[in-house]
This record gives sequence, structure tokens and C-alpha cells, in this order.
Amino acid sequence: MNVTLREHQIERPAQSHLGFIDCDVHPYYRTLADFDPFLSERWREHRRSIGNRSRQGLARASLYPRMSPGNGMRGDAWPKNGSPPGSDLDLMREQLLDLFDVQCGMLAPLVGGAAAERNVEFGAAMATAVNEWQCAWFCDPEPRLKASVQITLEHEESAIAEVERRAGDRRFAQVNIPPRGLEPLGRHRYRKILAACAANGFPISLHLGGTSGHASTGGGWPSFYHEEHPSYVQSMQTLVTSLVCEGVFEDIPDLKVVLVEGGFAWLPALAWRLDKHWRRLRAEVPYLRRAPSEYIREHFWVTTQPIEEPERPEDMLRTIEWIGPERVMFSTDYPHWDQDDPRYAFKVKLPEDWARMIFRDNARALYRLD
Amino acid sequence: MIPAGAIDCDIHAAVPNARVLLPHLDEYWREHILRRGLERNDFETSAYPAGAPINARPDWCPAAGLPGSSLEALQAHILEPMQPRAAICNVIHGAQMMMSEDLSAALCRAINNWLAAEWLDRDPRLRASIVVPVHSPDLAAEEIERMAPDRRFVQVLLLAMAELPLGRRMMWPIYRAAERHDLPIGIHAGSSFRHPPSAGGWGSTYLEDYVSYAQGFAGALNSLLAEGVFQKFPALRVVLIESGVTWLPASMWRINKTWRGVRAEVPWLDRLPADILRERVRLTAQPLDAPPDAASLMTVLEQLGSDEMLLFATDYPHWHYDGEEALPAGLPESLMRKVLLENALATYPRLAAA
Repeated sequence: MNVTLREHQIERPAQSHLGFIDCDVHPYYRTLADFDPFLSERWREHRRSIGNRSRQGLARASLYPRMSPGNGMRGDAWPKNGSPPGSDLDLMREQLLDLFDVQCGMLAPLVGGAAAERNVEFGAAMATAVNEWQCAWFCDPEPRLKASVQITLEHEESAIAEVERRAGDRRFAQVNIPPRGLEPLGRHRYRKILAACAANGFPISLHLGGTSGHASTGGGWPSFYHEEHPSYVQSMQTLVTSLVCEGVFEDIPDLKVVLVEGGFAWLPALAWRLDKHWRRLRAEVPYLRRAPSEYIREHFWVTTQPIEEPERPEDMLRTIEWIGPERVMFSTDYPHWDQDDPRYAFKVKLPEDWARMIFRDNARALYRLD
Repeated sequence: MIPAGAIDCDIHAAVPNARVLLPHLDEYWREHILRRGLERNDFETSAYPAGAPINARPDWCPAAGLPGSSLEALQAHILEPMQPRAAICNVIHGAQMMMSEDLSAALCRAINNWLAAEWLDRDPRLRASIVVPVHSPDLAAEEIERMAPDRRFVQVLLLAMAELPLGRRMMWPIYRAAERHDLPIGIHAGSSFRHPPSAGGWGSTYLEDYVSYAQGFAGALNSLLAEGVFQKFPALRVVLIESGVTWLPASMWRINKTWRGVRAEVPWLDRLPADILRERVRLTAQPLDAPPDAASLMTVLEQLGSDEMLLFATDYPHWHYDGEEALPAGLPESLMRKVLLENALATYPRLAAA
């Protein structure tokens, strides 16, 4: 069936759908050995013998299997050589970068296991290796692609060193931190790492994922991917709540946060809810000098995929208005099963100036892509 | 100003101390609790610290004792000035989260007996939710069977976040018993904190916890949907209590979208999830986590897509509004009528029959 799809003639998209900046593109490795050139002999051996160890029962497969092969890959994105989707730069060009004349693609590597690794020294080594690998395999041969700095949040010293190592390297656009960590990101123990990101000019991107060992919902482990998929929204909400309520933005006024692959229609109601209950409980958080919604409006950006589809399509316009059109950035999530296509993602016509901002200008300004 | 004759779907009756439960325990458990000195505990939950401003409206606090622990105060603050047709008492208590299933069940039985004797017997306008040992579904079902003959108990009370997602099949004895007796499942905000509020871990402040309760409801609904509870128990209704309201439309859009891509995993879920929720789920309207302007609130209420979902509640003695502004100004007359009375009558068969 994949073959049939691949041979289907792809129509050239209309001019209006070309030239966007894609804020969520996933690169993959062909085999784990692709990382070996960037690991020391000790960690190469460790990778082969022990490998990644995270806080869940399955070593490599997902406890919530996706609905398509490759743990949720788009069916027509498999390279002819059988390597995983996202591992073949030429196919990525054909299906995404060239097809849409993409100006920039922000890489979000969900590989290497650095963030959730229980052996934090191995995690730190894998983070460095994945960063080198992104450049060697993707950003150097294809300058339209921008890397995200991987770090191991539970190893402060190496995380800060990795952020500083990539500072000033324009191939790296941001620092990637998964929303599901051991503790919410606003907790004091992470403050120095966040400060280092801001001090070195990096926004932090919170791309859904991570294996924290905590249940996916506050009420325990769900049974189905049908529940796991929306539970990512809840992890995102915890993170926004934590960053705001802990006063991170009073401490680090120039910290910028991008929420990736969590959707975004939930953000206005979360801001209203925070404001309402902050008014009653503000004595508990005296360091907050403004309403929570004001910090959100100033410090957060959202990417669109998987875009919500309101039952009344025009409600999408109200949602964007509530968030602020200057804070919304388009993303495809190539090559995942639920990726969004710029031609069809919005079920309602965006005003011209909003479309320019969402598809291009917001990301260009945030990541200083000129 | 709320007109007389409304139904208040969320009043908190607080157990003032564990000693008041002693007369309502059987002999074994009375001795057991006295031997262990447990009657000296207050069993206050982490989910609802009694002194937090959000849980204790200043002009509703009694001179002594816990807010919500005095029937006379409730009468003076709500029942006399507002003249509701009925008010439903919900008890949040450590009984619901004890690790021992037996101790949890014993305390829940005592609370239900105490509710009947000290509240329902003393004011005919009061109704109550059956408190159950949620982590022990078989014992919970037994307690539902025991209390069901008393028609003043109008629903079964669960917390949104327990040890298992609420839809899990191990929980089904609770739903089977509730459906059999025309009792909606009332899911109240809060957690027994068997897990952090999300996979993102434990936050620092009560503000974070309280805000996260909305996520707990989203997770609970997604579980009830995915496991097929609404198909398995076609007469069962669910009431979200103290859940907030404005988070629901975006949550429905998301679960609809997931369903379009993933429904093969849960083939019994044979309709759009949002349509099922609109038919079977109701929400109490306090606290209303409303946007700052009235026009945006109207937009969100339209996005709910049904005028049958909201139920009037004061959430007494919690502090979400001042004076008598228990509902936002400017709601259309037809919606007001439904929210204040008709929706509750349609939700609670035992209220309609009374």
C-alpha cells in the first residue's frame, strides 16, 4: 500500500501555501550506530551492551503503540531502502522542504533517549552525540534545517555546558526539553539551566514526550493510545502552570518558551482559570507581580500541530485572537501520522496578516532567522 | 440574585471531626478506631485544605469549627436567603483515600449514616451524594446498595483522580450499581494523590494543584469514553462537580480529533466523543473560570454546544464569588431557567420524583 501512495502524483501546492517556516520536523536515524561516531569508546560500548534505560517497562517499544508502523509514521514517508521515515534527507526534501518551498524547518529530534535516561552521564553523552548528528546528517547538508539542542535535564552541569557549547552556533535555534520530566519545569532545581538557555539566546522548546515514570494522567495510567494522545495536553498544561506559578519569568525575564505538538486551543481557558484562582490564592505566590495570563501572553509561543478542529470552524479565529496571532506558529510534524498539511490545516480562512505571521513572520522573529 | 426554587447542586458538608462519626460506626470499627486513636485525626485532605482562601469564603466562615460544618450556618447563608428547592451535600473526606480498603469503607459508611442523621433528617431541602471507598469498587458497590433505598441520596460521589482512571473495567461495579438505582455519578474536583497531577510531576503550590483539577476531569472523561463506559451503561449520567467549565470545548475538539485517527483501537466508541459527552455529562457552574469579557464567555457557552449541560451550584462554603452573584450577569433567560432548575431535574431522577 505504501508503494501505491508513493507513486501517486503530487500536485504542486498553490503559491499561498509555499514558503512557510515549519516549527516541528522530526529527523530520525537509520540505525543506532549512526550515533557512534559522536560517542566515546566507553559510551559506544555502553550503548551496545546496556543501551537506553528510562522509567518504563518496555526498553524500546511504546507502552501505547501507535496506529501505524514505526510507532505512528505517515504511511508514505518510508524511504525505499526501508529505513525509518525522517532518516532520508532526499525524501524529506521531496515531501516537505521542496514541495512547499519551506524556508526553514525546526528539527525536533525524538531520538537518543538523552532526556529520560536514568544514567545521566550516558544521557549527557547521548545529548552531545545527537546534537553533532543533527548537524552532520541534516543541518550541514541542508541549511534550511535548524537543530534543537538536546540536554539531560537531570544533570545540571552537563546541560549548562551543552547549552554554552552551542551558543552562537546559528545551526542551533533552540533548546529542546520534554514536558514529561521528573518534576515540573518551574521547580527551583531547574532554574539555572533555564537561565543558561535565556542567557545564551535560546528559546526553550517543549516538545511533547518524555518518560518521567509518572502516570500519564493524575488519575493513573490509561489503557489506550486514545487516552495517551490527549493526555499530552495535560502534561503541557502542568508545565505552563508550573513555569508561571513558580515565578520563573520574574527570575528570568527574557526566557521564551515554545510549546510544540501540544495543540493550542486549550491555552486561553488555562489562562482564564489561572487568573481566576490566582486572585484567591495570590498570597501563596507573592512573587508574582502580574496576573498569570500576562506572563503567558508575553513568554509563550505555540505551534499549531495537531491543530484543533472546532466544530464551528470560525471558532479557530476566536482561539487565535485569545492567544494572540503573534504567538502562533505553523508546524507540520512531518513525518508523523497526524501531521498537518498547510493546505488543509486551517478549516477557516485566516486574515492575510495573521497568515503571514503564523506561517512565517512569528517564527522568523522568535528564532532571529534573518 | 438567584430566584427561589433553584436546585443547588454542590454544597459542602464538612465532617467537623472524626469523633462525630463514632456513633455511626459498628462496634468493631468503633473500637478499632478508638484503639488506634484515629478519632483524634481530622482526615483533612491535601486536595482541600480547609483554611485556604479558595475553600473558605470569609463571610461564610463560622465563629468556630470548619467552614461548612454547621447546618445552622448553611441555613443562614444559603437555604434561607436563596430558598432553593433542594441542595445536594457533597462530603470531601480522607475516608475516600485511605490505603486500607476496609478502613476506607468503614469511614464512608459512617459518613453516609452521619449525613442522613445530622443533615438530611434536620432539613427537608437537603439531599446528599453517597460517599464510597473508590479504591475498592466491590465495597463501593455494596455501599451504594446499602444507601440506595434512602431516596434522599441522589448520586454517587467520586474524586476525579484516584488510583485508576475512572473508566477502567475494575471500576465498573460502581457504575453497575449506580445505574441500577438511578444514581448519576458525581465526579468532584480533587485527587487522592496516588499520582502527581500529570506525567509532568509534582508541582509546588496549592494554586498549581487547584488549577490542575481541570486536567483531572479531562483525563477522567477520556477514560470513561475510551473504555466504553457510556456504551456499557446506557442509562448512566455523569456530573462534573467544581470542575470549571471553559476548558471543556477545547478538550472536546481534541478528543474528537484523536477519535478520528485512533478509533480503531476502541471500536465500541462508535460516535463522536463530543456528542456522547453532551448527552451524558453535566457540569456544575461554580467555579466559573470565565474569560474577562462577557462576549467571550458567551462564545465559550455556545461552544459547549448544549444548553442542557450546566447545573447551578454555589459550591458553599468555597469562595468563588462574592455577595449573591452565583451566576454571571447577562445569561439569557431561557438558559437561566435551565441552569437553575430544569437541567438538574433532568439529570437527577430522584430529584424529579420528589
